[in-house]
Amino acid sequence: MTDNGLLSVEDVQVDLPTPRGNLRAVDRVNLRVGAGQTLGVVGESGCGKTMLSRAILQLLPKKAKLSGRVMFDGQDLLQLAPEKLRKLRGRSLAVVFQDPMTSLNPVLTIGTQLIETLQEHLELDDASATRRSVELLAAVGIPAPEQRLAQYPHQLSGGMRQRVAIAIALSCEPRLLIADEPTTALDVTIQAQILDLLAREQRRRHMAMILITHDLGVVAGRTDDVAVMYAGRVVERAPTPALFKKMRMPYTEALLAALPRLDTAPHTPLPAISGRPPDPTRPLQGCSFSPRCRYAAAGCHTEKPALTQAESPEHVYACFHPIGIHAEAGA
Amino acid sequence: MLQAVQANPNEPLLAVDDLVVEYPVGAKIVHAVSGVSLQIARGETLGLVGESGCGKSTLGRAVLQLRRPTSGRVLFDGHDLTTMQGDALRQMRRRVQLIFQDPIASLNPRRKIGDIVAEPLVIAGVKDAAEREKLVHEVMSAVGLDPSLVVGRLPHEFSGGQCQRICIARALILNPEFIVCDEPVSALDVSIRAQILNLLEEMKGRFGLTLLFIAHDLAVVKAVSDRVAVMYLGRLCEVGPSEQLFARPAHPYTALLIEAIPVPDPDVRPTETIPVGEPPSPIAPPSGCRFRTRCPRADQRCSDEIPELRAVAPGQLVACHHPLI
Repeated sequence: MTDNGLLSVEDVQVDLPTPRGNLRAVDRVNLRVGAGQTLGVVGESGCGKTMLSRAILQLLPKKAKLSGRVMFDGQDLLQLAPEKLRKLRGRSLAVVFQDPMTSLNPVLTIGTQLIETLQEHLELDDASATRRSVELLAAVGIPAPEQRLAQYPHQLSGGMRQRVAIAIALSCEPRLLIADEPTTALDVTIQAQILDLLAREQRRRHMAMILITHDLGVVAGRTDDVAVMYAGRVVERAPTPALFKKMRMPYTEALLAALPRLDTAPHTPLPAISGRPPDPTRPLQGCSFSPRCRYAAAGCHTEKPALTQAESPEHVYACFHPIGIHAEAGA
Repeated sequence: MLQAVQANPNEPLLAVDDLVVEYPVGAKIVHAVSGVSLQIARGETLGLVGESGCGKSTLGRAVLQLRRPTSGRVLFDGHDLTTMQGDALRQMRRRVQLIFQDPIASLNPRRKIGDIVAEPLVIAGVKDAAEREKLVHEVMSAVGLDPSLVVGRLPHEFSGGQCQRICIARALILNPEFIVCDEPVSALDVSIRAQILNLLEEMKGRFGLTLLFIAHDLAVVKAVSDRVAVMYLGRLCEVGPSEQLFARPAHPYTALLIEAIPVPDPDVRPTETIPVGEPPSPIAPPSGCRFRTRCPRADQRCSDEIPELRAVAPGQLVACHHPLI
């Protein structure tokens, strides 16, 4: 993580009232992303990764309670007036969601949606906005971009729609792009194309990116840092190579081990993680992963481990019995 | 019409022969499955992979006669399912089952789990309620659920992984011989996915099942399959033993699918040279080899001539004019 953090998430906490009681979706999360850097946020459904991205974008449900600070380019987004925030979103802060149909308007043409975004944030006349739209569609690999402008989202395939959503997100040269499971709904070949596209545009624009995914395979080759989330907390955070070389948190290790791999023989039983994540409305006293953890000892069930530094300040983990340093931790 | 063939252990349990499934969309015809032939031996798991829209689910449904094929034959234990009607087909359906992708959507939200799992028994005419209850309890325990805690509850009280266990229990209760698993773990989280894959493997051994395992994720398919069939736009590209197919793919499309899988290792940089374009529409598939529009090896012959499946290695068949091996 670099010093000139473009985005810094400080002690962010999100609480949602539910009929079953308070649901702590995000629990005191700290993250930083530098300009031109990619941060991967990895976790399973319900771990709080999407709520975290919505907290950064200030797009939380009305009832949600948010605390902490989200510093973007020197200003606290939580303190920003709605009008200023609206200007910032779409312009400097952009987002791509998992399902492109949730971000594209089904009754407007691709062209209208692109041109509208461009004219909302940049002072462009119709002709130059149209020209810019065609360039953007071409840049994201859409064949015959001029003709696409007149088409509606339903006339495109899932992969093409996601390309359009990316084109809109990139249209105003954002400084930070949040990609929330951008390829989960897509086929593996299309996934590779979209991830390549995001990486290429990021390099070209020196844009920062937060890539949210449940797939450790997706973050491995394409991020600078990784934060692993479990039950609302960041449980391990490290530069990507360090994380894959020396995982400290048993959850990270278990998540990687549970992935079926092409280099194992068929019918090899997978090291599955037993049980399932805890009910977020019934927080556990101890480590949230302890009921499923094969290294858990008595203390793990009663006390929450704080984020602890591994061999470098960039690598932190929340565990009393980290992998590879049992001796020191057990003392 | 019904031709009962003596069960022969060396005969494949399922033989699909030149199966074609076409259906109209407006004035046009979707060529979902175009002349697919494959066999599955008793006790074998055949994995079927391909991208969305390649016809793999349609093929699975046509095998079970949930969608009647346009032409071709489906021989299950020597009986042609495509010519069966009414009672005969219903009797045969006791022996074949289906597990779907979305476990929550495949359970009726208003019915208790116990009733959902018992329903196949009711349909099959098991009239004794005590007998049904006993079988439900047995199968629930087998899939790792505590029957006493589960049977009286409703589907919404369970997570996706638990719902998939319930679906598996329902599929197993009639003691079938053959199950089509259509993307059974795609909707599940990584940690739960491994549990369900292990459960399917365990159940296969315990109940002596034969499986057609449909998925788009090659690593998932490899984890459970003895042989793998790769499908593209309604046709089979390649069939072969799992290890061999992944180690030495013969079809350029298989190679492309393998290369596109993200590897959880930061030292393996993603190749940026691969997958170009998207599959064309099954309404107007390309002439000749259907993969030719995305294939780096395509030439004139590929657009003129449909490649037939032929052997390139023991057990490995490929439909390509310019195979990689």
